Amino acid sequence: MLDNPQQTTFRRSASLSGLEPLRRLAPVIILVGLLALVPVLAEGLDQPFLIRVFTRMVVFAIAAVSLNIVLGVAGLVSLMHAALFGLGGYTVAILAEHGTTELLVLVPAAVLGSGLAAAAFGLIALRTAGAYFIMITLAFNQMFFYFFVALERYGGEEGLQVSTSLDVAGMALGGRTAIFYLCLAVLLAVLVAGTRLVDSRFGMVIRAAAGNDRRVSSVGIAPLSYRLAVFVIAGAIAGLAGALLVVSQTFISPAEMSWVRSGDLIVMVVLGGMATVWGPALGAVVFLLLELVLSALTIHWQLPFGIIIILLVLFLRDGLANLIGALRSGDGGRGHD
Amino acid sequence: MTLNLIIEQVLNGCQLGVMLFMMSAGLTLVFGIMNLINLAHGSLYMIGAYVAASVLAATGSFLLAVLVAVPAAAAVGYAVDRILLRHFYRRSHLDQTLATFGLILAANELVRMIWGATPLAMPLPGLLAGSVPLLPDLQYPVFRLVVLVVGLVMAGVLYVLVTHTRGGMWVRAGASDRTMAAALGIDVSRVFSVVFVAGAALAGLAGVMAGPILAVQVGMGEPILILALVVVVVGGLGSIRGAFVAALLIGLGDTFGRVLLHPALGSMAIYVIMAALLALRPGGLFPSHA
Repeated sequence: MLDNPQQTTFRRSASLSGLEPLRRLAPVIILVGLLALVPVLAEGLDQPFLIRVFTRMVVFAIAAVSLNIVLGVAGLVSLMHAALFGLGGYTVAILAEHGTTELLVLVPAAVLGSGLAAAAFGLIALRTAGAYFIMITLAFNQMFFYFFVALERYGGEEGLQVSTSLDVAGMALGGRTAIFYLCLAVLLAVLVAGTRLVDSRFGMVIRAAAGNDRRVSSVGIAPLSYRLAVFVIAGAIAGLAGALLVVSQTFISPAEMSWVRSGDLIVMVVLGGMATVWGPALGAVVFLLLELVLSALTIHWQLPFGIIIILLVLFLRDGLANLIGALRSGDGGRGHD
Repeated sequence: MTLNLIIEQVLNGCQLGVMLFMMSAGLTLVFGIMNLINLAHGSLYMIGAYVAASVLAATGSFLLAVLVAVPAAAAVGYAVDRILLRHFYRRSHLDQTLATFGLILAANELVRMIWGATPLAMPLPGLLAGSVPLLPDLQYPVFRLVVLVVGLVMAGVLYVLVTHTRGGMWVRAGASDRTMAAALGIDVSRVFSVVFVAGAALAGLAGVMAGPILAVQVGMGEPILILALVVVVVGGLGSIRGAFVAALLIGLGDTFGRVLLHPALGSMAIYVIMAALLALRPGGLFPSHA
């Protein structure tokens, strides 16, 4: 039984008939629209390195949004998301090492690889619940991490560089601006698809099972198969994000899949807010900005960072998305839960 | 593989096992009684190692290092529990995971600020530094034997305390059903405080023992924490007996996995063991909750 009274209820649109789809997507459009201005501003301010910085943020936004499908919607605290993310990255880097440069092959391979890994390990992890699930996913994450650390053939601890240039449908992939917009387009697609998923009948079963497992079973639905499906979908999207990470920075190392990265992803999700599809994307951007600013201020930035995480859990439990909603409507922040 | 090598690796595996047991005993009871996931348990291990390294460098006495470092880890554990963790007993596992994750980042950075980023050496004093012949062709380091003996003694003491004393009965009662134990008049939160501090002391002791074998460095608590979590899951949350059996199993599995298999596969051995066991028994070897 997975009853969890503190599970944040996922917010649905005001009406069940699915009215106002545009209003529902408004935050997504605003967020992606603002991000779309980044290359223009970066070139204007003569700070082109910012494009790379923000590409990384967009990639992690995709990973965080996918994690939230598991965490916020299905109520499963998975600490192996970084492993699935990194696996996608390694799939691209290793295939590129062996001469495959076509993104239309590499990216689907990464999605497939991470999806299959999520299916295999999800099947074992989902047999358990609650704290067991957290600990097992953490252990699985480290299993992947140590595997790639020990894999000397592909760089081991040092990581793997993609030295050949990649192409799309036979044409050379553009510069950093083109890559940025590619990643942003993927983020937009993931956000729209995520919103549709949450509102679908499938999404309703998942949310119901997160709320009360036994009730869902008693109406004749097997929650396990739904959970596994969610875990695989989220894992596949994480693989997609990992693939984009390698495409944008032409490098992957085991550090990107350590359990600390899984923890970071959870912090991004909670910081942004689990109750919306777009919240975690905002959380990822704010998280990485915070990291950037703090690490510029002091080499001991992890101390304030750790304290901020603790304060976040104590005082901003519903995340930034909810805070924005509260400021906008002035209704005390609970929206129309 | 010669007989000598097998004996040596069995000893190494048992030594890792008892160390893991010292780490997981506190972890499993803290979870069993208060339903609290404390990822920062590894930080107490790190603090034990650092304090011991400092004391050893200053005085040259390993015994003194143990006598200072273990209470220091216990004191830090007590403070962390009282100041922060008690707010999280009734919060969700997600909140506990996040808060203790933040705690790990902060603790690692604090240690880096105090002791610096370079790993500390922990040179052993004369008597502990040598090797003894176990068999004609088998020299084994004295200190590793000491770790093995200390770990076994600790396991024995814990076993007697938990199964043959009134306090131990309260601990077991709290771990298997906190509400019922409280209804029968046991001050569960007091029992829990004691268990938490004892667990912190054991983690500190494990850190002291690991210091001379592994490097004393920032982040040293995380790898052992992950192994201890595997032990706790395999043994069954809340079960001391399960933790002991699982610790030896994981210690031996990890040691032999690394000797027998390709490094990339050897590092995965214990996770395969864990997955296989959980597929058969999702509640662990000795589940303490009915």
